Amino acid sequence: MPSLLQKVWDAHTVRRLPNGQTQLFIGLHLIHEVTTPQAFDMLRARGLSVQRPDRTLATVDHIVPTRDQQRRPFLDVMAEDMLAALERNCREAGIRLLDVPSGLQGIVHVIGPELGVTQPGMTIACGDSHTSTHGAFGAVAFGIGTSQVRDVLASQCLAMDPLKLRRVDVQGRLAPGVYAKDVILEIIRRLGVNGGVGFAYEYGGEAIDAMSMDERMTICNMSIEGGARVGYVNPDRTTLEYLRGRPYAPQGAAFERAEAWWLSMASDAGTRYDDRVTIDASAIRPTVTWGINPGQSVYVDEPLPEPSGVAPGDRPAVVEALEFMGFRAGDPIRGTRIDVAFVGSCTNARLSDLREAARVVRGRKVAPHVQALVVPGSQGVRAAAEREGLDRVFVEAGFDWRGAGCSMCLAMNQDRLTGRQICASSSNRNFKGRQGSPTGRTLLMSPAMVAAAAVAGEVVDVREVDRGGC
Amino acid sequence: MAVERLAQVTGTAVPLRGDNIDTDRIIPARFLRSVSFEGLEAHLFADDRAQAEAIAPGSHPFSSPRYADASILLVNANFGCGSSREHAPQAIRRRGIRAIVGQSFSEIFFGNSVALGMPCVSVSPEVAERLMQAVERDPQTAITIDLGAGTVSWSAETAPAALPGGARDAFLEGTWDATGLLLDRYEDVEAVAARLPYVTNFSRD
Ligand code: SF4
Repeated sequence: MPSLLQKVWDAHTVRRLPNGQTQLFIGLHLIHEVTTPQAFDMLRARGLSVQRPDRTLATVDHIVPTRDQQRRPFLDVMAEDMLAALERNCREAGIRLLDVPSGLQGIVHVIGPELGVTQPGMTIACGDSHTSTHGAFGAVAFGIGTSQVRDVLASQCLAMDPLKLRRVDVQGRLAPGVYAKDVILEIIRRLGVNGGVGFAYEYGGEAIDAMSMDERMTICNMSIEGGARVGYVNPDRTTLEYLRGRPYAPQGAAFERAEAWWLSMASDAGTRYDDRVTIDASAIRPTVTWGINPGQSVYVDEPLPEPSGVAPGDRPAVVEALEFMGFRAGDPIRGTRIDVAFVGSCTNARLSDLREAARVVRGRKVAPHVQALVVPGSQGVRAAAEREGLDRVFVEAGFDWRGAGCSMCLAMNQDRLTGRQICASSSNRNFKGRQGSPTGRTLLMSPAMVAAAAVAGEVVDVREVDRGGC
Repeated sequence: MAVERLAQVTGTAVPLRGDNIDTDRIIPARFLRSVSFEGLEAHLFADDRAQAEAIAPGSHPFSSPRYADASILLVNANFGCGSSREHAPQAIRRRGIRAIVGQSFSEIFFGNSVALGMPCVSVSPEVAERLMQAVERDPQTAITIDLGAGTVSWSAETAPAALPGGARDAFLEGTWDATGLLLDRYEDVEAVAARLPYVTNFSRD
């Protein structure tokens, strides 16, 4: 009764290596400008070439400016160097590069799925820890470092240790105003930021079954924030309907053959898991992080934790986080004044995320002291949103409407916090310094909650905004 | 390439306390704006060090002259969580660290470190604490990590220090750089690819 993980693993196993690791074939290698230039240099130094350019796809996302994207060279010399290196490497190796002029550029974890490149049953690797996003399709997808990027370029394979499998059942239904983001923050809070080390997470249950692919991607995206390098959802009808007609998906009779194979890769009934966890979806409320790791979160109507109220081992971390954030134990998170509102990132910058944020801001104005920006996950998302007029909703409310990229998720371009600013962010990491200012502060939440905070100028409960309370 | 084997690391250590130290702290993203890894060591823990410096000069272990010669890094739990950036272990390695001893490591960080030939061995929380205290008392304390025996020893003490079997054998056999190994039997790779229906986009029945 094998699981999807086992089936995919077996189908891609080349051999057992002398050290006991498995040589695994990588079906899809996604690359971007930050973690690959050194890998190509290592290849050259060894006189090796790219083995399967046809199984490799490149884009540029981390360093692209979100204003004036088409203008080259970029004003930022180092960003220009990185993109130029990627262009040269792709040209020499014959790798397709989806760059800004292509109209298909975007965050690597947004474009893979939206173009139909990401498919069930694949092994997918990328020099980026949020590669787990692609698991939403029932792929086994994980982040790798630059030396491993070199290995995949050279051999289309990786040397891997086996993973244990934890089933995370999300039972029941989500209440209005509660989103996939809140579910994954709940899972991380419950299981801990390192609870998933050594595990792949298989997400399922009524709430996951009911989710769209966009929502499943939000869940799988943040598996790594819970320590799990791999997170996936078994492919089902929702998966197939999403893929049908996408540019890189098989077409016609080939699609029918694909459907059968994809569904056959799902975990069998009676799969045995190394561990099982059940989460009650109906009890989850809108969630906000208050600290410096994604496990440090509360429901929006809860107070910040008291160090005395947590396990002794966790106390130093709570004290350190409260101190860094400048927050007081026991205070409410609601009412925390924000300076910046960021809707973006591979976690929450797909069309449905933008729709939810736009729904909240429609007809309202961003608070005067708040800088608010929307950075769509891809040029495709941006164009689709503009077709629906979402850009106008945001701009009329006082948001900046930007070009696609990672932007303020990690601030490798010009978009960054300054000083002690507090940012309500739909991204995935609230680490110290993550958004570009060493002392800047990040509050992670759903895009609808970010939008509500932008309007109120402080953290509010989106459920009350929805009821017209603000 | 000449095979280099790694069975033992001996040296003094630098203790870095705290759980969940993420790769954004190890090397902030703005220092990733480069096409090479060269010079990264100068920015190791840049923001943490600057913040510690503002409070008390030399108070960050990586700024302290006491630990300037250290070649082993001591850490607590879930070290290296967060981004997959190999820049993090690269910066540590380039600073002269040859092995890391800690309670636990993020998987991606662990794999990246193996690929650089820098073992990360796991010890119990008690052993981590005893090691840290020993080194804080006397930075010249010599520590030996024996990968084959799976131990760490210092002063008169010896404690278990675990490394998963695959990584251990990779160090002992000098095969932590996997590229050559993965290219060894490329015809097997082609055979696997040929069996996967998506590789031909399901064009065949
Ligand atoms: S959006 Fe953020 S988390 Fe996602 S790939 Fe870009 S930098 Fe990484």
